[in-house]
Amino acid sequence: MNAGSHFRLFTAGIAIISLVTGLSFNFSEDIAPKMHLSDYRFFTGNLSDLKPADGVFEYEVNAPLFTDYAEKQRFIYLPPGTSVTYTGQGAFEFPAGSAIIKNFYYFNDAVSRGKGKKMAETRLLLRENNGWKALTYIWNSTQTDADLEVAGAVFPVEWKNRDGKQMHIDYVVPNTNQCKGCHSYDGKFVPVGVNAAQLNRNNQLQLWAGLGKLSQFPDQADIPALFDYTTVGDPGHADAALLEKGARAYLEGNCAHCHNPHGPASTSGMFLEAAQNDRERLGVMKPPVAAGRGSGDRRYGIVPGKPNESILLYRIESTDPGVRMPELGRQLVHNEGVALIKFWIKSM
Amino acid sequence: MFRLLPAALLLMLAIHSAQAQTDVEKRIQTQCILAEDGDIIEIPAGNFTISSTLSLDEKKNVTLRGAGQDKTVLSFKGQKQGAEGLKVTNSANIVLENFTIEDAKGDIIKTQNVNGIIFRDITARWTGKPDESNGSYALYPVQCQKVRIERCTAIGASDAGIYVGQSDSVWVTECTAKNNVAGIEIENTTNAWVWKNHAFENTGGILVFDLPDLPKKRGGHVKVYDNLVARNNYRNFAPKGNIVGTVPAGTGVMVLATNDVEVYNNKIWENKTVSTGIVSYYITETPINDKSYIPYPSDVSVHDNIYSDGRRMPTLSFKPSYRICIGENENGTFANLRADKLSLMSDHISRDKAPFNCNR
Repeated sequence: MNAGSHFRLFTAGIAIISLVTGLSFNFSEDIAPKMHLSDYRFFTGNLSDLKPADGVFEYEVNAPLFTDYAEKQRFIYLPPGTSVTYTGQGAFEFPAGSAIIKNFYYFNDAVSRGKGKKMAETRLLLRENNGWKALTYIWNSTQTDADLEVAGAVFPVEWKNRDGKQMHIDYVVPNTNQCKGCHSYDGKFVPVGVNAAQLNRNNQLQLWAGLGKLSQFPDQADIPALFDYTTVGDPGHADAALLEKGARAYLEGNCAHCHNPHGPASTSGMFLEAAQNDRERLGVMKPPVAAGRGSGDRRYGIVPGKPNESILLYRIESTDPGVRMPELGRQLVHNEGVALIKFWIKSM
Repeated sequence: MFRLLPAALLLMLAIHSAQAQTDVEKRIQTQCILAEDGDIIEIPAGNFTISSTLSLDEKKNVTLRGAGQDKTVLSFKGQKQGAEGLKVTNSANIVLENFTIEDAKGDIIKTQNVNGIIFRDITARWTGKPDESNGSYALYPVQCQKVRIERCTAIGASDAGIYVGQSDSVWVTECTAKNNVAGIEIENTTNAWVWKNHAFENTGGILVFDLPDLPKKRGGHVKVYDNLVARNNYRNFAPKGNIVGTVPAGTGVMVLATNDVEVYNNKIWENKTVSTGIVSYYITETPINDKSYIPYPSDVSVHDNIYSDGRRMPTLSFKPSYRICIGENENGTFANLRADKLSLMSDHISRDKAPFNCNR
């Protein structure tokens, strides 16, 4: 018997069960992976303008991941009549056939944004009936479309940063396996950042609930919210409480997808979730386990009051592939993030 | 759909082959991504420079095979991306064999959450003089089950050459570990047999450690036998902060805070500081915050080893109730040190072996 007839039998079985039990099955079709970003029709008009088509809407997060100063625009696609299901903890549940779309680009001049931008890559997470699939698309030189690439790639990118400095890096597109270097919970592929604490900003969730895009959204309950660490301002002038809020949100957004008991960095015993209450788990006076030369001759993850004796700071200040954290997606130092963590440790 | 997608992707790769990665690197990585159950990925003979971590994820029954340790060489000198050379995650029944892999920025081969992993006939090394700037581990299975490491060579790790962490059911046999800080280290690992290996010219030859603050709490049921553990007098070049940084040069075999370890029939030769040490975590002088951690070793048996030109065998710091037994060992001498007090004054040293009689 071939696979097709199996499938027909299976769907027939489902139909019969539905009739008998009166249950309705949501049997959304998976989105088939496509060769070009344009093939999905997520955007209308000029593709690089990222004007969302029907069923696609933009979203923002509170504590974004730093990836070499790339700008990001994030979207969600939901099939007609479906919604995302709210949960207070962990990633929201997405319906089969939906997609999360994240675009990475650089303004040619970060001060004069009118001077245009260069699209670098677009990452898709496709929600299939039996799990998530990650696909990466690289923009072509004429910026008209982006092409599927599973094995990763490296290409040069240049831009002028906010200080007017000319920047250039070899931009690295992760391969499919590297995607899971971050998107992993107990070894299974999961989205990062589409959770209540990250998305609860500017009444975004209330809006979605009102539009019927978010189900089981609690009316009165306390919705968790991560602090937007970019609002700390100059960390040298922030008080300890503000630094704590900002730094913990920064660590959540940049580290905790691996550094949690179910993530790839569970081996380290250092857990950096914003909700982590055990100071030693967070790294305070905790000796490293397998840091190797990543320790930088320092003895503990965090030494209160002493950022320059803390391994955590050493690793986020490094650009050496064998030392730097996060391991993937960062070649440049995130100066603002480093300053925040430095003053936070100092304030302890 | 399942068959169509890889075909479509292969087509795409042809289009993108001009990207900056080398063709070989890209081909190997692509094969790793597209591998299906039962596949053998062959890496041809040749010296290849690889710029980014190669990885296998969520695969079953896949073999990554070179043309021989002297023929296929993967060099990560100048690595740009990723901390490891080769990384295998969330998989089952994986075989890595017949190649040399060297000079990764971090660990050379790391395997995590793999049930059934064989490292066979692999040389994993840092070239040049052993140095602080070398990566941590040459062969590094962690959180794995059914680990076999056989006929492998590990050289130059600034932490451990062969490092098995938080794993279960482990064989390490007929391997050579040389010029590492720790030659072979079994850490928070249960049911490990380490036999017929050569650990020489490391800082410490074979270490069996249990450390605090880890998801897998307790190692044990470890046998170390029929090994040659010689001249492990190399200067300790581990960066500070790492537990092996506390291991003194001249250490043969060391058991730290582990339960149920048997060390026997080994040749433990010319290790100048401590031929065999059985020590508590207190000797590291690192504070313990993990409430469930037991810093003392227990059920440790050391017998029928042959010592030559060594020092101080074994070194101890415990109460008899921890069931440490010292049997007959050729040329063995003995001292018991109190390391859980702040000083090592002479009244904390005892040479009385009676409490450690195996026939008690």
